[in-house]
Amino acid sequence: MYVIIGNSAAAVGAVEAIRRVDDRGPITLIAAEPYHTYSRPLISYYLAGKVTEEQMAYRPRDFYIQNGVKTLLGRKAEAVDTRARRVVLADGEGVAYQKLLIATGGRPFVPPVQGLDKAGVFTFTTMDDVKAMAKEATPGARAVVIGAGLIGLKAAEALIRKGLQVTVVELANRVLSAILDQEGAAIVQAHLEKQGICFLLNNTVTQVTGEERIKGVLLQDGQELACDLLVVAIGVVPNTAVATGTGIRVNRGILVDDTLCTSEADIYAAGDVSEGYDMVHGTWRVLPLLPNAYRQGEVAGLNMAGQVAKFAGGFAMNAIGLFGLPILTAGLAWPEGEGYRVLVRADEERQNYRKVVLKDDRVVGFILINQVDRAGILTSLIAAKTDVCGFEEGLLEPGFGYVHIPVELRHQRLLQGVGTGW
Amino acid sequence: MRVTAREEYCAGCRLCEVYCAVSHSPYPADPVKAFRKSPHPPISRVLVEEQRPVSFALQCRHCTEAICVKACITGAMYRDPVTGAVRNQEERCVGCWTCILVCPFGAIRRDEQGKKVAAKCDLCAGAVEPACVKHCPNGALVVEGKGGGLKCM
Repeated sequence: MYVIIGNSAAAVGAVEAIRRVDDRGPITLIAAEPYHTYSRPLISYYLAGKVTEEQMAYRPRDFYIQNGVKTLLGRKAEAVDTRARRVVLADGEGVAYQKLLIATGGRPFVPPVQGLDKAGVFTFTTMDDVKAMAKEATPGARAVVIGAGLIGLKAAEALIRKGLQVTVVELANRVLSAILDQEGAAIVQAHLEKQGICFLLNNTVTQVTGEERIKGVLLQDGQELACDLLVVAIGVVPNTAVATGTGIRVNRGILVDDTLCTSEADIYAAGDVSEGYDMVHGTWRVLPLLPNAYRQGEVAGLNMAGQVAKFAGGFAMNAIGLFGLPILTAGLAWPEGEGYRVLVRADEERQNYRKVVLKDDRVVGFILINQVDRAGILTSLIAAKTDVCGFEEGLLEPGFGYVHIPVELRHQRLLQGVGTGW
Repeated sequence: MRVTAREEYCAGCRLCEVYCAVSHSPYPADPVKAFRKSPHPPISRVLVEEQRPVSFALQCRHCTEAICVKACITGAMYRDPVTGAVRNQEERCVGCWTCILVCPFGAIRRDEQGKKVAAKCDLCAGAVEPACVKHCPNGALVVEGKGGGLKCM
């Protein structure tokens, strides 16, 4: 009896993995949201009118039926009773498990700012969030977005496309500060400003004004902005609530070993709720990324079904497009400390930026803006910890490819595989 | 199944690119019409890499543990359960380029001519022999591993 809490990438990865090994063991999937599995990153596309709700399905509508999964959707898992081996739902019902996966993802971090309970204030991570926001995002309205991260900027882009006036307030000194350096961020910010987004950096919202409804925001530097709609997009934190009061060890996220098992036997955790191994940093940390969530869910599923599978590790990687400008990043892109070599080729006018970071002759990170083709070769060099001595120069070529890689290594990769352990 | 290049036989003529583009155009049997009449110039899913004297064609390896399928944010990228080919359902693709970020072979291309979609080799969906292999004048492209892919990752 497999039980999965959650209904996103990690949960789907687990279902697909379990069914590769065990085609009949009963699977029950519990999710607080009432929807069929959907792609969370697509909520900004939905807001911009680029996809319909129907098109947001992460797997076909009959996916769970085809895989023999019993779904309890719109049913919140409240707690795990590890002694009785059952999940307790909010309505009091219990669901027994033999193997349990916690894949509850992240929840938006909401700072303790006065007035965030007013109408017109939104977070932006779920289908319900975007549906509620879509109703109020009317052309001409004034929107403020707190946070110039991936979520904040995708929300800002969609709101501009809907004809709103958009100001983004960011505490850091640059946009996308988690993935871009100063130079890359400047290119992206200039591009977004051309599309009409206003930025207030080194600043944040300290108070929301208005009665029932938001009227404006007060900023740290004393300015006041009139505002009809506020998006809180500071970041996400692991949604570990269900592990509270159990023996499951939680740091920022749920701690797991390389089989994705938690500190409790037969209980696994995967995706944004867990702390996975970051092979670039060499530490265990929360890596809230969809590809990572799927891979962790898959490894957890295989182990739950009795196979021995190990998660070799992940690292930060992000693909984001903003008003047609693609940005692909991975690993460590602005290293601190010694022992790093940084290769850069920049052409700000053409919005081209290519930065590759090396340590001990290995690629440990990169930023590509605009010319992003074949970025995955660089990603695979990080994952495989390939010695790039002798072809470092090629790494900066916009057309970097296998032809730049020495013949033996090229043949090995193209004919036998890359050896990333993915 | 996948297509592999024999570097030493590749003349760098790029006919594989031409025929790949044609076979993925609205006029798969007619190169002239494919380039003249298609609403957008057709895009090749095979890429010839060249640095004289070396040249070779490269396309999707159809990995058994396909990271592009696992990483796809929309679920558009999938493995065809019948042929084993890794394919992109373009109507579900939003052109986020996560697949480009993870493909270790750099075998997925951006097609931005209409709706943005990831373009990749589909082994010519059901054809006896992929167009690139069929039209290579020098036998530099061969079909390998019929009946099951190799673990590439």
